[in-house]
Amino acid sequence: MLDIITSILIRTIIAGTPLLLGTLGEVVTERAGILNLGIEGMMSVGAVTGFIVTFTTGNPWLGMIAAIIAGALISLIHAFVTISLRANQVVSGLALTMLGLGLSGLWGKSYIGRPLQAKMAPIAIPGLSKIPVVGEILFYHDAYVYLSVILGLIVWFLLKYTKIGITVRSVGENPKAAETLGINVTLVKYACVMVGGAFAGMAGAHLSTAYSKSWIEGMTSGRGWIVIALTIFALWEPSKAFLGAYVFGGIFVIQYVLQPLGISPNLLAMLPYLTTLGVLLSYGMSSKGKRKMSAPATLGEPYIRGSR
Amino acid sequence: MPLVTLPREKTTPRFTAAVLLLSLFAGLCAVGIVFLTYGINPFYAIYEIFRSSFGSAFGFKETLTKAVPLIFIGSGLALAYKAKFWNIGAESQLLWGAIFATWIGLNWGPHLPGPVIIPLMFLGGFIGGAMWGIIPAIFKVKFGINEVISTLMLNYIAAEFVKYLVVGPWKGATKYGYPYTDDLPDHAILKLVHHTRISIPLLIFSVVVALILCFVVYRTRFGYEVRVIGENSEAGKYAGIDFFKTTVLMMAISGGVAGLAGVGELTTIHKHLSYPETISAGYGFTAIIVAWLGRLNPAFSILSGLFFAGIIVGGDAIQMSMGLPASTVNVFNGLILVFLIMGDFLLSHRVVYKRRVN
Repeated sequence: MLDIITSILIRTIIAGTPLLLGTLGEVVTERAGILNLGIEGMMSVGAVTGFIVTFTTGNPWLGMIAAIIAGALISLIHAFVTISLRANQVVSGLALTMLGLGLSGLWGKSYIGRPLQAKMAPIAIPGLSKIPVVGEILFYHDAYVYLSVILGLIVWFLLKYTKIGITVRSVGENPKAAETLGINVTLVKYACVMVGGAFAGMAGAHLSTAYSKSWIEGMTSGRGWIVIALTIFALWEPSKAFLGAYVFGGIFVIQYVLQPLGISPNLLAMLPYLTTLGVLLSYGMSSKGKRKMSAPATLGEPYIRGSR
Repeated sequence: MPLVTLPREKTTPRFTAAVLLLSLFAGLCAVGIVFLTYGINPFYAIYEIFRSSFGSAFGFKETLTKAVPLIFIGSGLALAYKAKFWNIGAESQLLWGAIFATWIGLNWGPHLPGPVIIPLMFLGGFIGGAMWGIIPAIFKVKFGINEVISTLMLNYIAAEFVKYLVVGPWKGATKYGYPYTDDLPDHAILKLVHHTRISIPLLIFSVVVALILCFVVYRTRFGYEVRVIGENSEAGKYAGIDFFKTTVLMMAISGGVAGLAGVGELTTIHKHLSYPETISAGYGFTAIIVAWLGRLNPAFSILSGLFFAGIIVGGDAIQMSMGLPASTVNVFNGLILVFLIMGDFLLSHRVVYKRRVN
């Protein structure tokens, strides 16, 4: 029994990692007032880029870096269209998802069915991994897992305690005032969208070079959308993103644990999506005001320089 | 900077059309660049796409076939987007239309004649789609839940439910080993034009629905309320518009017509319920761009639906002849949508060249 629980927890952390990475990025983007619904597309591009570079070089670290760059670059489309051209952020995000899914399918086609020689291998943290049970669960993971935690702490610290964080938040809350203070609103927004893209790219690479070691079309399978829900769930706070990501990671794992009990795999596959709806619903029913208060005030609205 | 942008007061229809065409052209150029990086001659590929969808009798018949669901869904989405309700769930609203129609066709079909059962299936399909469309409407107005997320989650839920039905309780007794329901009775299938998959009444029905929706949007009080909600929700509250009622009714229609698309696919092409990706070739997503290209006018969805049906048919054709993956069409859709919203900038702004004054 202990073995099963240990294994579920280990897999929960692994399954939660791409969700955590994606959510951290979207939190930063949305804090600057930009809604980017293109996560699913950016993740796909990250997944395929990470895979191809790892496959060709044999080095999963290069794959990770390439995926981060690819995610940031493709997010530039959304940044340009929504910030510079002030286009509708919802439609632009959807376009980015379609484009990302399409491009990743095109680029990855010749790699389908070819496994990686070297995937991102688990690293045992010296000393800590020797602790019984806990060591196994927490301290024997691939680099993405550790990095996601470290990056999460950095994002949390930066947003909450530093001038950079205040700058980002003020751009999302009141860009007019931010500009009066000499902040380059456009630049900050561009940077935050690209940070979001970089995180999404990294999340995608985790799927194709660590979680599994193969590329298949559509392997993000809705995680990008769950990330967007998790951002709301986390109330735009990195600290709560940890909780949300691992809870949902657990839900992804549970479907495979329950399957041997004879429940239809298709009904179990609904679990993450039903839970997402359930969580949002419980939020909506309990604390409408609270959720609204913490959403960045100008989220989704284009900013026109020198307006009002 | 010598280039400055100024808000544009109004646009003429001719200018709007010119910008749309320019956006489409720019989008196609971008697609061409993607082909180029893939080592494919872009001129040949794009020529092939349009040749195989609009340039041959066989291709054009396929284009018409695929235009039907796009016209249904696109005109319904145009209605929802008018209210700035981002319904991304047409894919699953279509599926629920197909589910309801399958149930009606299989259970009542054997006892009722064709002229009764077919309208019943369409009515049931409308109700099925409407039901699935109302859920996110209630979620949004009553609980403030973002409709993009709820409609998407409902997409995944409905797709898994269809899979569950066709491999589980609804698995056809005569379909050994296949994930299909039994076939609908012959008299519950629409008559097709010889050697095609086109049903003339269905094609006309889709066009009529789009025209009716156009009338509803621009000529009725309900349509006016929908537009007010989209343009200025504060003013709408002031004017005493019942947000809940309007949103629910609007989404019932938007989801309902997507349901009709599902019944249409079922009663012409498939004849039985099967896997979701078989029932819909991503029509719910493509229709987003159909609605957008039609400038959210349901009547224009007829033309833009035809255009994107051509893209799907042409995309399928070059996919097979050039060995491209199925997602090629997504590249088309994504790039064209990006350029369409970039074109919107030109519609709302004037870009003028200004010499620096010192």
